[in-house]
Amino acid sequence: MSAHALELQSVRKSFGNTAIIRGVDLAIPRGERHAIIGPNGAGKSTLFNLISGRYPLSGGEILLNGESIAGLRPFEINRKGLSRSFQITNIFQRMSVFENIRCAVLWPLGYKYSFWHRLGGLKDANLRAEEVMESIGLKRRRDTYAGVLSYAEQRALEIGVTIAGGAEVVLLDEPTAGMSRTETADAVELIRKVSQGKTLIMVEHDMGVVFDLADRISVLVYGEIIACDAPQNIRGNKAVQEAYLGAEAD
Amino acid sequence: MPSARSKLRYRPLNLARWLIWGLTALVMAVLPQLFTQGFALTLMSQMGVAIIFALSYNMLLGQSGMLSFGHAVYSGLGAYVAVHALNLASKGQIWMPVSLLPLVGGLAGAFFGVLFGYVTTKRAGTTFAMITLGIGELVFSCSLMFPEFFGGEGGVTTNRVFGEPFLGITFGPSVQVYYLIALWCLLSMALMYAWSHTPLGRIANAVRDNPERAEFVGYDTQRVRWFTLIISAFFAGIAGALGMINFEIVTAENVSAARSGGVLLAAFIGGVGFFFGPIIGACVFIFFVVALSGYTQAWLLYLGLFFMLMVMFAPGGIASLVMMQVQLVARKRFGRIAPHYLGAGASGLLVLAALILTVEMTYKISVDSADGALMNLFGVEFDAAAAIPWAVAGGLWIAGGWLFNIARKRVARVWGEIQAEFVEGRT
Amino acid sequence: MEFFVISLLNGVSYGLLLFMLSSGLTLIFSMMGVLNFAHAAFYMVGAYAAYALGLKIGFFPALILAPLLVGLLGALVERYGLRTVHRWGHVAELLFTFGLAYLIEELVKVVWGLASVPYRVPEVLDGPLFILYSTAFPKLRGFMMLVALLMLLAVYLMLKRTRIGLVIQAALTHPQAAEALGHNVPRVFMLVFGGGTALAGLAGVIGGVAFVTDPSMAASLGPIIFVVAVVGGMGSLAGAFLASLLIGIVQTFAIAVDWSLGGMLGVIGIVVNEQTPMYSLWKLQLSQVAPVLPYLLLVLMLIFRPKGLLGTRAD
Repeated sequence: MSAHALELQSVRKSFGNTAIIRGVDLAIPRGERHAIIGPNGAGKSTLFNLISGRYPLSGGEILLNGESIAGLRPFEINRKGLSRSFQITNIFQRMSVFENIRCAVLWPLGYKYSFWHRLGGLKDANLRAEEVMESIGLKRRRDTYAGVLSYAEQRALEIGVTIAGGAEVVLLDEPTAGMSRTETADAVELIRKVSQGKTLIMVEHDMGVVFDLADRISVLVYGEIIACDAPQNIRGNKAVQEAYLGAEAD
Repeated sequence: MPSARSKLRYRPLNLARWLIWGLTALVMAVLPQLFTQGFALTLMSQMGVAIIFALSYNMLLGQSGMLSFGHAVYSGLGAYVAVHALNLASKGQIWMPVSLLPLVGGLAGAFFGVLFGYVTTKRAGTTFAMITLGIGELVFSCSLMFPEFFGGEGGVTTNRVFGEPFLGITFGPSVQVYYLIALWCLLSMALMYAWSHTPLGRIANAVRDNPERAEFVGYDTQRVRWFTLIISAFFAGIAGALGMINFEIVTAENVSAARSGGVLLAAFIGGVGFFFGPIIGACVFIFFVVALSGYTQAWLLYLGLFFMLMVMFAPGGIASLVMMQVQLVARKRFGRIAPHYLGAGASGLLVLAALILTVEMTYKISVDSADGALMNLFGVEFDAAAAIPWAVAGGLWIAGGWLFNIARKRVARVWGEIQAEFVEGRT
Repeated sequence: MEFFVISLLNGVSYGLLLFMLSSGLTLIFSMMGVLNFAHAAFYMVGAYAAYALGLKIGFFPALILAPLLVGLLGALVERYGLRTVHRWGHVAELLFTFGLAYLIEELVKVVWGLASVPYRVPEVLDGPLFILYSTAFPKLRGFMMLVALLMLLAVYLMLKRTRIGLVIQAALTHPQAAEALGHNVPRVFMLVFGGGTALAGLAGVIGGVAFVTDPSMAASLGPIIFVVAVVGGMGSLAGAFLASLLIGIVQTFAIAVDWSLGGMLGVIGIVVNEQTPMYSLWKLQLSQVAPVLPYLLLVLMLIFRPKGLLGTRAD
């Protein structure tokens, strides 16, 4: 059993002739809260898409708990214990909040393609969905259609659907994007709570959130990791300052 | 507070549910006693079959987002297998009571669902629609190539009356066939409704709404669609077998593109977004095809026009229109818009009259002119070649069109006012 | 040998007719994302219009006028019908054209009846173009090929040499970008839909006189052009051209060939007789199996290569 929850080895990705990810090495130990930051266009979302199986790798290897997941389809990777949220909210718009979360717990609880169980009678699924709904603070919006929730509520639901299945490795793609200051603070507390005991990897632009939550930070610039260290060391890193500010900081 | 609410929440819903199902069963049981003519009976029987077929189709379209142009393949092949089983049973070679034939049809449909479904559900969206079109045409083209199974040009005929009567039931009289269909219809409706409240049913909805997210909660969307199609094909096969029992013949028409198109029309007109939508759509469709066709040769034109108007102005179907009014009634605002509906309805009738007059007269002059141009419409006799009826039609178009336009704008205005009130939070 | 040459020429002429039809379908799909189910119905209207006009003004004037009328009809349908449906999405547009196909077919029946109409070949096109050994190749077929090639040339020139052609070309592969560049997209839509249906109408003028003009002509040719469009690759005119010729030639040859499937296996040494399982399949002759071939090709293509031969979007 590998000590690392997620490991990227020389990961490469090109679209046609354009290389987006040019050799990324990353090893994330179990239980760590890891943030990936970098300027726009660095390839952060592409990296997430590679890990979660949305795009095929052009080169290199990705290991989840020591097992290779390169080339697997998203649902196969999900079943192995990795779950992700999306930058643009990706939930089931025409279902209620409760139904959304319940959909996320059906497979992990083993109901698979059953057409002989009555949904209303699935005690474990319904209980788990209620629990998750409570923890993301949307209990009073239980029967509201996801499409009419406020933006912050939808982002909270997005996180809820992501963690409801109990995945050990959670990828959050810009979870606080577009939020106000108070909404961001609430979101940070929510993320801290739900990632307790799990391995969390997040892409974020908000430095406050990053320094608040992360155990370690990786800086991705032009498809390469130029630094990977604890938050206080990243702050003083010359190369990082150059990449973000474009010139030497005084 | 919340826990008390959740305890009470399900009770009134359950009562309403039992009431609705019970009422449906009662209506179906009582109908033949009210409408006893042979024509009414065959109409109701065909509606029963069409309801099962349309509901099975909506498992694909409305529930799972799969637009299929070849659904008749499953009902038709189910019918063919069932008719062969019936013929074998008549000869005494197998034991198969008529009442269990729909199960044979269903299993056959499911078998072909496994076979063809594996191929078709590999892709989604427009590509899926095109594959179903291709497979539909493929099976139809095969129908002349294998006369042992398809019966060649004349199809396969049968006799549903054989052997000893069971408790006095021979299935000879059409009222007995009606009750058989009604029973299977009720059973199928209940099962298909129940399906939508199972994990597979709900995940099928999820795959419809957001296939990517469904994959990221652990589901193989291809598998979900394939299994859904198999179950849908099962019920389609039941419908096919019941149709076979009713007509005692199965021909290549049963697997034709026209059949597939028909069930699409029926489900869509009824409304694919609600469970009961296709039930309404099936009844309307059968009315057009069976009843209206007795009165005019242009029935398919009226149906096609009706369908297109629905696509353009009410894509949610009749069911959505009904639910919109139910919402108004519940919030006590129906009375405000009702007179405007009446105005639109009356002027709409004028436009409809103009349409019917024009179409029937054109038909009489150009096609049906064998015995002169005299015709009879709603009891009024006139000469289609004379100028006056055409002038009347023109007048109806102009007057009806102008009045309908005014009424339509008025309805839209009042509707907008009411919706604005809802948004502002006034109950 | 003569059989081969004549069948090849017949296959090519039929394929070119299919291309005339499917090119309009491909253009409409590429530009607007609408799969026009009613395309074959416009083909039928072209045939009937040419017949009706031809009675008054003769075949050749009708050849020019009928496609224009069909194009006008198409533009009106787009402006007052399809445009309303646009906001409901692609599925709704598909269903609209699906209903339109029924409607047009029924209107044709109401006006002209159920039987075929005597749409006759004009004298100048009647008779053989040349005689190869003992088989005649009709002037009409040659004329069909000529019109199709001229149309192909005209469409090619328009796409490559005119400004509107540039816009359409861009929209063939990147519709949103073309829209974002500020072109009057609704007007272009109307033009493209009208143009596509006019091409279908032109095909109808020729097809109607070469084959039978009756209300079932749309239903018999309709599915084939979908096969052509999909096999060639949705959005590729070159692909549609290739696929049309392929299907035209394969179908023409298959219909004329009397070999049984079992017999063909016998050529490579496999013996098939009454004892073989599924004998009813093997004793079928290729000519009987011919109607199935295009759909078999469609299904196989969609499974293994949904992009089609030269397509750019799998959609």
